[in-house]
Amino acid sequence: MNIDDFNLLSKLIKDRSGLTLTKDKAYLLESRLLPVARKWNLKSLDELVMRLRTRSEAGLVRDVVEAMTTNESFFFRDIKPFDQFKQVVLPFLLQARGANRTIKVWSAACSSGQEPYTLGMMLKEERQKLIGWNVDILATDLSTEILAKAQAGLYSQFEVQRGLPIQLLVKYFKQAGDRWQIDSAIREMVRYRPFNLLDELSGLGQFDVIFCRNVLIYFDQPTKQMVLERMAKQLAPDGFLYLGGAETVVGITDKFQPMANHRGIYHHANPAAAARVAGL
Amino acid sequence: MKFCLIVDDSRVVRKVARRILEDLNFEIAEAADGKLALEACLVRMPDVVLLDWNMPVMNGLEFLIELRQAPGGEVPIVVFCTTENDIAHIQAAIGAGANEYIMKPFDSDIIHAKFAQVGLL
Ligand SMILES: C[S@@+](CC[C@H](N)C(=O)[O-])C[C@H]1O[C@@H](n2cnc3c(N)ncnc32)[C@H](O)[C@@H]1O
Repeated sequence: MNIDDFNLLSKLIKDRSGLTLTKDKAYLLESRLLPVARKWNLKSLDELVMRLRTRSEAGLVRDVVEAMTTNESFFFRDIKPFDQFKQVVLPFLLQARGANRTIKVWSAACSSGQEPYTLGMMLKEERQKLIGWNVDILATDLSTEILAKAQAGLYSQFEVQRGLPIQLLVKYFKQAGDRWQIDSAIREMVRYRPFNLLDELSGLGQFDVIFCRNVLIYFDQPTKQMVLERMAKQLAPDGFLYLGGAETVVGITDKFQPMANHRGIYHHANPAAAARVAGL
Repeated sequence: MKFCLIVDDSRVVRKVARRILEDLNFEIAEAADGKLALEACLVRMPDVVLLDWNMPVMNGLEFLIELRQAPGGEVPIVVFCTTENDIAHIQAAIGAGANEYIMKPFDSDIIHAKFAQVGLL
């Protein structure tokens, strides 16, 4: 691929999704965009770039951007964060939100739904403690295609075996041909909505817990900072932010700080917030 | 080093599983059916059994029921690994005391995920 084409594509993708492509990742453009070219009846990547230069069709641009996202996800990813949710975060919120008995959770790059559904199953397992409570799970992603999959709640045999305890498979899934579908009772706990993390977040409201896992890794430093600082405004003063195993706020923003004793969870970086979660 | 008994009547499957589990630092023994597996357990209880269902002489479920009644047989973590992939089989396995259940075909990612889940990794 010539350098002009690479620059055009990488700029388009960066502007629309935040994904930063370095030149050594040019091969990814080829492997991911050829199927898009085929779908649009274009013979090659050259033709695809030509088409992007001459007309700006929203559908084609969207397909290009979505094709470049990495959607890998699994149930109970990394296990620990979800143990912490059950043992630390949920008990804290049950205390702190006793007045209005509402907990708001946002899965900010939910991919095919494993993250919000993991939370849904955990909350179902804890339902005795949640009688009279309203837990709202908002799950968003840039990719409308992956959101459709999340909404359907249909997973391959391979997907249900990565992280999902067998007891929960039996309890919350039904076999549908060679796939497994999560029960409507869990599906109905999650509100899905397309949302781009580069957009203004203020319309989404305030959350007690934000899961923003394994998406910031694809962004450059200024984009990470922008997204995190906007998220700080949407997180309750005593709320919790989850990042992925390879992500951190350290060196990126001073709006958050890591929770003592709980790797992967962050809270507002101010003495009042720190005092509230101290000792958890 | 944790000790894993791989029980499967297919030599090829045992070999594949052995390779994956040796990479995860397990000491391995193999058995080709439930009866041989039970004998091996009575000599030395493994930490974990990777267990096929359909085998000659004694199948996986029969083995598991016997194992759980044997002295010390409540200790090993038992992970089924079988082509039987319907809810009825899975429920029967859990009812008989299986800790986890892998539906074939499997690969190292699945073994890794399942073993991590039951606290073996
Ligand atoms: C690797 S998945 C992470 C899924 C899940 N959070 C997890 O940890 O398993 C990354 C997701 O981020 C989404 N994504 C990428 N850029 C985005 C953006 N700018 N806004 C919203 N979602 C985005 C992708 O579509 C993809 O589904």
